[in-house]
Amino acid sequence: MKKTIITVVGHDCVGIIAKVCTYLADNKINILDISQTIVSGFFNMMMIVDTNESSKDFSQLADELEQIGKEIGVVIKAQREDIFDMMHHL
Amino acid sequence: MINFNEVLETNKMIEKENLDVRTITLGISLLDCISSNLEELNQNIYDKITMVAKDLVATGKKIERQFGIPVVNKRISVTPIAMIGASACKTPKDFVTIAQTLDKAAHTVGVNFIGGYSALVSKGMTSSERLLIESIPEALAVTERVCSSVNVGSTKTGINMDAVKLLGQIVLDTAEYTKERDSLGCAKLVIFCNAPDDNPFMAGAFHGVTEADAIINVGVSGPGVVKTALENVRGEEFGVLCETIKKTAFKITRVGQLVAMEASKMLNIPFGIVDLSLAPTPAVGDSVAEILQEIGLEYPGAPGTTAALALLNDSVKKGGVMASSYVGGLSGAFIPVSEDQGMIDAVRAGCLTLEKLEAMTCVCSVGLDMIAIPGDTLATTISGIIADEMAIGMINQKTTAVRLIPVIGKKVGDVAEFGGLLGYAPIMPVNNFSCDNFVNRGGRIPAPIHSFKN
Repeated sequence: MKKTIITVVGHDCVGIIAKVCTYLADNKINILDISQTIVSGFFNMMMIVDTNESSKDFSQLADELEQIGKEIGVVIKAQREDIFDMMHHL
Repeated sequence: MINFNEVLETNKMIEKENLDVRTITLGISLLDCISSNLEELNQNIYDKITMVAKDLVATGKKIERQFGIPVVNKRISVTPIAMIGASACKTPKDFVTIAQTLDKAAHTVGVNFIGGYSALVSKGMTSSERLLIESIPEALAVTERVCSSVNVGSTKTGINMDAVKLLGQIVLDTAEYTKERDSLGCAKLVIFCNAPDDNPFMAGAFHGVTEADAIINVGVSGPGVVKTALENVRGEEFGVLCETIKKTAFKITRVGQLVAMEASKMLNIPFGIVDLSLAPTPAVGDSVAEILQEIGLEYPGAPGTTAALALLNDSVKKGGVMASSYVGGLSGAFIPVSEDQGMIDAVRAGCLTLEKLEAMTCVCSVGLDMIAIPGDTLATTISGIIADEMAIGMINQKTTAVRLIPVIGKKVGDVAEFGGLLGYAPIMPVNNFSCDNFVNRGGRIPAPIHSFKN
């Protein structure tokens, strides 16, 4: 299974999770794990998702999520999990 | 399962500490392009490079998107051109046409540098190698993206002092040919001892004849990441310091390994090596000098600098070797002056001299790199400096290199501007006592005793 990490960082406001989750659902992306916290007023969220069923390619998903981030004033990044796995796990 | 802190740590390295993949370098063998007809040879070279490298830049961008890490440079290295042009080139001008072909191919595929306008003459020079060396000043003046290198010595062969003498003059001529641009041509010319076949970093990259038809080599870089990690262990003893560098180097190198494997898969070209070097840029927070300062020096060049650099270089290697299955290239800390703001500051403060830089090159990768000197420096003086640096490489069984820029029309205290990644540099003073009689002897310095290992 190809897993992707989505991070959302920015000023907290109503509906961030709703917006992101709606987009993921519309694109058949399954959420495997979510953790979220507020660090010194900043909204920080990490999702582990499965993009296998999505018909869009990775670059398109990343671009569209970035765009949604811009609309609600947060930074949304999508990255393949391999980079974190390689760096932190043996 | 990946946890939140790991994700935050990686992204902080990328966003705040300038962690990046410095270069994906595609090595291409041109041996099958050889022809005795110059026109045909140029066509073969252009066709092969543009065919093999057509997807390189797009692949770099795709990797950037997928992992969220910048891939700063996409580059190409080719088989040393002195070999490729040996049968077709009868004059230096003939070789210049090949440089122009390489430049054109680099533009077509969108890479910012192409290395391999090179000759390997550590023991002797063939006539075509001499022609190529003589063509370097013009070749680097009429092209934009071509990089040149000459290997003039090795631990196994000794030092070719005829080549060293010739190159003193060639460096000056290259400076003269590009004097309108602060002698920029010299920033694209490296003189090596023990040059590696698989170095992905410019200007010294070439695709060795021991390599496969095409290969992917990757250089990662993160001086800022190491510097930030060391901020957390201020005042701690050396064991803790080295352990911190090792752990950080491991993490940085793992990214290089991942990117190299991925690029290899996407391009269907075998993976060669990951180069573990810490390569600075002129950007603030992307400096090897700042690491040395964090280790405890006021400026690089202060007493203790060589020891600090030695432990940095060694710890980077120790951390890096476990992170990648194949490590190669130069692998260590780079100390270019013009490409590192902290080094520039140290020169300006009067703390860092050419002689101290020479000492530093005994314990780190590469050598006297991107150092601007007065334009009226004698050719024999430049040859003498090259010979010293080559001797360090030969005796210590390591790669050393010289990339000096005698800036025509400028003197000590002036500033040379190279632009972009190449940065800018204050002109440094050179010891002008004569070494004419030494350089003019000619011939070859024999290989050192410890080269006889058979």
